[in-house]
Amino acid sequence: MTITEKILAAHSSKGRVYPGELINARVDLILANDITAPIAIQEFKKIGAKDVFDRKKIALIPDHFAPQKDIKAAEQCKILRDFSGEHKLELYFEVGRMGVEHALLPEQGLVAPGELIIGADSHTCTYGALGAFATGVGSTDVASAMAIGECWFKVPETIKFIYFGKLNKWVGGKDLILHTIGDIGVDGALYKAMEFEGEVIRNLPMHGRLTMCNMAIEAGGKSGIIVPDSITEEYVKERVKRHYTVYNSDSDACYEEIREYDCSKIPITISCPHSPANTKPASELSHIWIDQVVIGSCTNGRLEDLREAASIIKGKKVNPNVRMIVIPATQLIYKQAMIEGLIEIFIDAEAVVSTPTCGPCLGGYMGILSKGERALATTNRNFIGRMGHPESEVYLCNPAVAAASAVTGRITIPQELGM
Amino acid sequence: MILNGKTWKFGNDVDTDAIIPARYLNTSDPNELAKHVMEDADAEFPQKVKKGDIIVAGKNFGCGSSREHAPIAIKAAGIQGVIAKSFARIFYRNAFNIGLPIFESAEASEKIHEGDIIEIDADNGIIKNITKNEQYSVKPIPPFMQELIAAGGLIEWTKRRLKERAS
Repeated sequence: MTITEKILAAHSSKGRVYPGELINARVDLILANDITAPIAIQEFKKIGAKDVFDRKKIALIPDHFAPQKDIKAAEQCKILRDFSGEHKLELYFEVGRMGVEHALLPEQGLVAPGELIIGADSHTCTYGALGAFATGVGSTDVASAMAIGECWFKVPETIKFIYFGKLNKWVGGKDLILHTIGDIGVDGALYKAMEFEGEVIRNLPMHGRLTMCNMAIEAGGKSGIIVPDSITEEYVKERVKRHYTVYNSDSDACYEEIREYDCSKIPITISCPHSPANTKPASELSHIWIDQVVIGSCTNGRLEDLREAASIIKGKKVNPNVRMIVIPATQLIYKQAMIEGLIEIFIDAEAVVSTPTCGPCLGGYMGILSKGERALATTNRNFIGRMGHPESEVYLCNPAVAAASAVTGRITIPQELGM
Repeated sequence: MILNGKTWKFGNDVDTDAIIPARYLNTSDPNELAKHVMEDADAEFPQKVKKGDIIVAGKNFGCGSSREHAPIAIKAAGIQGVIAKSFARIFYRNAFNIGLPIFESAEASEKIHEGDIIEIDADNGIIKNITKNEQYSVKPIPPFMQELIAAGGLIEWTKRRLKERAS
C-alpha cells in the first residue's frame, strides 16, 4: 500500500483499502475558519447532537477576514468565539494567538505524521508535508465530523512525483510545485493523492515541503504527501508531545502514474494570470511591471520565506511605484522575524508589515487591487478577481523573486540584482 | 427526479472565486450570495439567470477553494442543477452534501449550446436536449452518494448515524 492508503486503512479499522473504495474514517483533527465555520456551526446545530465528539480535536481559527475587517466579518468571527465558548473547545485561537491556519497548526504541533486531518479550507492538504493525510472538505462535512468524529472518503489513487538532480539557485519548493502544476494542469491530479519523492525532496527543508503540499489542490489533488524522514522528525520532535505513527509506502505499492523531474531543468518559475498552471520561467517576464508585492499566506508566509525576502531587500528600497506588503503567517513567526531584525529590514526598505491574516491572498482586505493593477505575490491562486477587481492581475512566485521585483518594480530574478 | 430548464454555458476550470468572489464571503446568507453568483465569470449573470435554469460547463467545475458558499449561491439563485465534463473534488462533495444536483457528462457538456432547453432524467441517467432533439448519457452516481441523496443530505445521514450509535 501507499502511505495514503495505510493512513486511511488505519483510520477506518480496515486491514487494507483500495483506490476508488468509499470508506468512513476517524479524524484526528477538524479545522474551520471564519469563512467556513459559521456554516458548519449552523449545520451542526441541525444535527441535534448533544455535544461535539471531542473538544480537543476541533480547531477554529479566525484568520481570513480577521482581525475583523468590517461588521459582517466581525459577526462571522463572533459565531466561532461563541461556539468555542459554549462547547469549551480547546483549540480556538483568538486574534493575538491566531495565525494563518496552515502555518499555525504545524508550528503548534497540532498535526503529526500518520494523522488524518480534515479542514473546511482547500489548503488543508499542507499537512501532508509531515506525512499526514490531510484534505480540504466543505462546511457540512465539518458539521457532520464535529458530531460523529468521522468523515466519508473515496480512497484516492496516488500519482508519484520524483524530483532528482541539482536545484538551480533561488529555486525552491514554490518553484517545484508551480512547475509541476504547469506540467500537469489545474486538474492534472483531480481526486488523486500527490506523493512527492526523490533526492531533491529528501534534502528539501520543511518549509519547502509545506509549500509543495499546500499547493497540491491547485492541481486538483485531494492531498499532497511526503513520507516522513529525518527532516520530518527534526521538525516534529520539539513540537508534537503525543504519540504518533510513521507510515511509509511499500516498495510494491501501486501508483496510477509516476512522473520524474530533472530539477536542473526547472527554472525560477512564475504562474501568470489567471491560472496557477499558466507557468513561465521568471527570466522571460522581466518586462512585466507591477503595482504591488505580497509576501505571506499559508503558502509562503513562514520564517524562512521572510528570511529569504529580507536577504534580497536588505539595504535597498522598494520601488516608488510599488506597494510591498509583508505578512508573517503567525505571531511566533512575527516575533522571531523581529528578533532577527527582518522586520526592521522590511520597514527600512519602505515595505509595510501586517499582523497575521489571509487578507489580500483571497481579496479580503489589507492590500486589494484596483481595476488594471497587477500584483506579484507569494500566495497560491491567481484566478480572475482573486486579489481584488475582476480586471486586476496576480502573478505567483517565490519570496526571493517577490523581494527582488519590489526593488525594480517589474518581475526580476535575484541574479539581476547580483544576488 | 426530472429537471427541466434553459441552459447557460461556461468553459473549463470555472473556479469558486468566479462562482462567488471572496469579497462577498463576509456573509453566509444564501440570498445575499445568490446576488453575486458567477459574477466574475459573467458580470450580468445574476440579473440574467432565471429560477429553474441549468448550468452546463466544461471540465473541473468548481476548482479552487473549499467554500460551500459556491454551491449554496448557485442553489439560492434558483439554478436547478449543474452539468459538467468533470467537477473539482471538494465542490463535488459539497454539492451532494447540500443537495445541489450535479451531473457528469462529457457528451452533454460538448453538445449543449447556451439557451437549449433540456430535460434531465436523474433516475435513469439520461439528458434529453429538447431544442436539438438529442439524448446524452450521464455518468452513474456512486452508491454511497445515492445513499446520501436518499437520506436527504449529509446532515440527515449524520442524524441517522448518531441514532444507530445510541441504540
